[in-house]
Amino acid sequence: MGVARLDTARGSRGSKDPAKRLALIDALLSEGDAASCALCTLEWLAAEAGAERGLCALVETEGRSLRGLVGHGVDDAEVEAMVVDLGQSTDPLVVALESREPVTFEAPREGTRRPQPATPLGPATFTVAPLTAGAGDTRGGLGLLLVAGPEGTRLDEGELAWAAGRLGVRLAALAYSRAREAEVRRRRDVEWLQGILEAVTDPILLTDAQGRILIANSGAEHLLTTDEETGEGRRRAVALNNMLFSASLFTNAEEGGPTRRELLLVNPVDGQDLLFELMTTPFPLGKGEVGMVSILRDVTDLSRATAEIEENYRRLRSAEAEVRAERDRLDVILSAVLDPILVTDPAGNIVLMNPPADHLFTAPAGAGAGAGGREAERRVRANDAVFTSFASDIYAGRSLRWKKELTLTDPESGEGIPMEAVSAKTMARPGEETAVVTILHDQSEAVERARLYEQVKRHSEDLEERVREATRELAEQNELLRRQALQLEHASAMKSQFLANVSHELRTPLHAIVGYTSVLLEGMSGELSDSQRGKLQRVDSNANHLLTIINDLLDLTRIESGKMPVRVEEFPVQAVFEEVRTEAESLIQASDLRVTFRVPDGVPALESDRQKVKQIVLNLLSNALKFTPDGEVRIEARHEPEEERVAIAVTDTGIGISEDHQQTIFEAFGQSGGSFYASAQSGTGLGLSICRRLATILGGDITLESEEGVGSTFTLVLPRTLEAA
Amino acid sequence: MTRERPLVLVVDDFEAGRELCAEYMAFRGYGVATAKDGAEAIEKAFELAPDAILMDLSLPEIDGWEATRRLRADARTQGIKIIALTAHALEAERDRALEAGCDAVVTKPVPPNELERVVRDQLGRDKAPADE
Repeated sequence: MGVARLDTARGSRGSKDPAKRLALIDALLSEGDAASCALCTLEWLAAEAGAERGLCALVETEGRSLRGLVGHGVDDAEVEAMVVDLGQSTDPLVVALESREPVTFEAPREGTRRPQPATPLGPATFTVAPLTAGAGDTRGGLGLLLVAGPEGTRLDEGELAWAAGRLGVRLAALAYSRAREAEVRRRRDVEWLQGILEAVTDPILLTDAQGRILIANSGAEHLLTTDEETGEGRRRAVALNNMLFSASLFTNAEEGGPTRRELLLVNPVDGQDLLFELMTTPFPLGKGEVGMVSILRDVTDLSRATAEIEENYRRLRSAEAEVRAERDRLDVILSAVLDPILVTDPAGNIVLMNPPADHLFTAPAGAGAGAGGREAERRVRANDAVFTSFASDIYAGRSLRWKKELTLTDPESGEGIPMEAVSAKTMARPGEETAVVTILHDQSEAVERARLYEQVKRHSEDLEERVREATRELAEQNELLRRQALQLEHASAMKSQFLANVSHELRTPLHAIVGYTSVLLEGMSGELSDSQRGKLQRVDSNANHLLTIINDLLDLTRIESGKMPVRVEEFPVQAVFEEVRTEAESLIQASDLRVTFRVPDGVPALESDRQKVKQIVLNLLSNALKFTPDGEVRIEARHEPEEERVAIAVTDTGIGISEDHQQTIFEAFGQSGGSFYASAQSGTGLGLSICRRLATILGGDITLESEEGVGSTFTLVLPRTLEAA
Repeated sequence: MTRERPLVLVVDDFEAGRELCAEYMAFRGYGVATAKDGAEAIEKAFELAPDAILMDLSLPEIDGWEATRRLRADARTQGIKIIALTAHALEAERDRALEAGCDAVVTKPVPPNELERVVRDQLGRDKAPADE
């Protein structure tokens, strides 16, 4: 190195004295740190070599810069401020560091070839000596020793080089022992850290950017690593865990910075799910690579506990909601009840009231002022007093239930309200009274109801009495009517019986008259003269007339008493006509009339009372014969299919009947009828009346068409079928 | 037992009626017996075994209905033709007579010749006396 040498200022100033050099060595050995060693070296140089000012700068551990350590005769701040970038290879100080020999920089003057580096010593002539670990050390300088003598002098470089050599060796030794100590400490720290890592039960691991595991504690190894002895099942679980973990890790890496998330892994031993909270923190691995520290906290149990807590909380909320709903419901019920309800605590204070109770025991809002308001307040206080007295009775009493009549006052109207108070003590536990529930029943309505009820009852009783009376009267009248009916019935029966008896009693002698007349006419007692015969025929005729009268009376009686029996049978009309013709034979022969019976084809058989039909037709025929002097009598049947009826018409060419007579001819004992028949010297006047009634009994009727001097037609109309009664 | 003439027992408590009937039946060629009441009628019926009985129903003591029932109840007399004769005109009386066992019922008054025709009908052409 082409470095110019300055002249030595003090020649051979006693610096080669071994004792003094030994003193520096002793001082250096007695000091334990770099700064103290450097300072005592600088002080020794000041004392022995005239270095008035000096400082020591050392290469930093990282080897990137040279930094001022300690100075002598120099401002400390300037020493600390000195920093030289070792990357600046052209810096004379950096060059000096690499050299083996001291270099002197002259104070800057005109014509100086080399620039002076910036130091706390400049601008002045100063010498720089490199500090090395020893002659064989090739690692380069540990630092620099910079010293300057009095203005204008050069220091002895040999002495400086010797001192710098001593300091360098000493610093190297110190650095070595420090490094060793640091290494021991580091190893111990690593052991401790590993201990800590193992002591933490949570899996912890460090991964590189590719997710490869760099460091893992046993918890993490258990989950994420395998060895040769691992079974297949566990191997698969671990593989699965790695996959899950990597996926989670890379998702986290994207987000950057520390993160926290849940991760579900599998316990490789038993296959149970394990829930972890994964906390990751980016970790610089050096050379720009960023790894990731992951801590997994097993929250499986925590999660279960949390879920349980949540469930409990939910139940609690639900129960609370139920209680609230229950209370709301109770409130609604309480409000809906029209009877006042009060709940009092054991001290007698009202703790709950429904609106009707409120009305009685709370002064109406806004009514404070004025006479009315004061009055209302007074009434409320009165009510309170009454109720308090009642409540104290309840607490004094032993029974759980209590009932009493109270009279309260309506605060608004001032009207007295009769109340029935019913109270019940509620107990939390036996003997521990918690509250008293009181319901007040407004009795005024009940009182009014009772009054009304009494009234109604009185009216009702009155009414009942009248009804009873009326019923009694009715019953009496009924009884009377019943007796009368019985009497009537009895009288009617008596009449029927009487007539039946009369009939019987009349017939017996009539039998003898008819019989003897008959046998005489028949000649049983010898031949009769014409005169005798004629007279006997008069007897016979009148006997028969009498018989007719008797029979008619009997029929009429039976019809009127409703005792006429009806026998329904089916028979052809023709058969009835033949019977009639037979019975009327003598009458027909006695008349000189042409009598014709005719039943056209298609007239159906009758279902009726044959005997009565015959009786009617016979009667009509005998009438026709009696009142027809000449001409003919036609008896004709015809069918009326629409009405399902059969009509039997008896037509004569007789004297006819006047319209007046037509009106009354069917009446029993009708005056005109009666006289009419009377004039004809035959019949009872009952015949047509009986015929029409019999026709009615058979469900039919008899009609009459007649013209005086021309003739009459009596028509019997009958239903083809008589429904048996 | 064979007879030339059929025997008719005429039962009637009413003398005129009884004698008229008996006389007329004899006149018409019948053998005739008479009885005044039910008990006598039963006695004579068993004794004489008539072909026919003309039985008035309203009789003292044992009436005609009862007498008929008794005669019908015994094998010896149940074949006798019994023609009831009554002054009761009601159908109910006729029905009672038929129920008691009468073969025919004739209501009084009735001319003897009609009565004889009923007897003749009941006895039949063989038993009745020849018509004149």
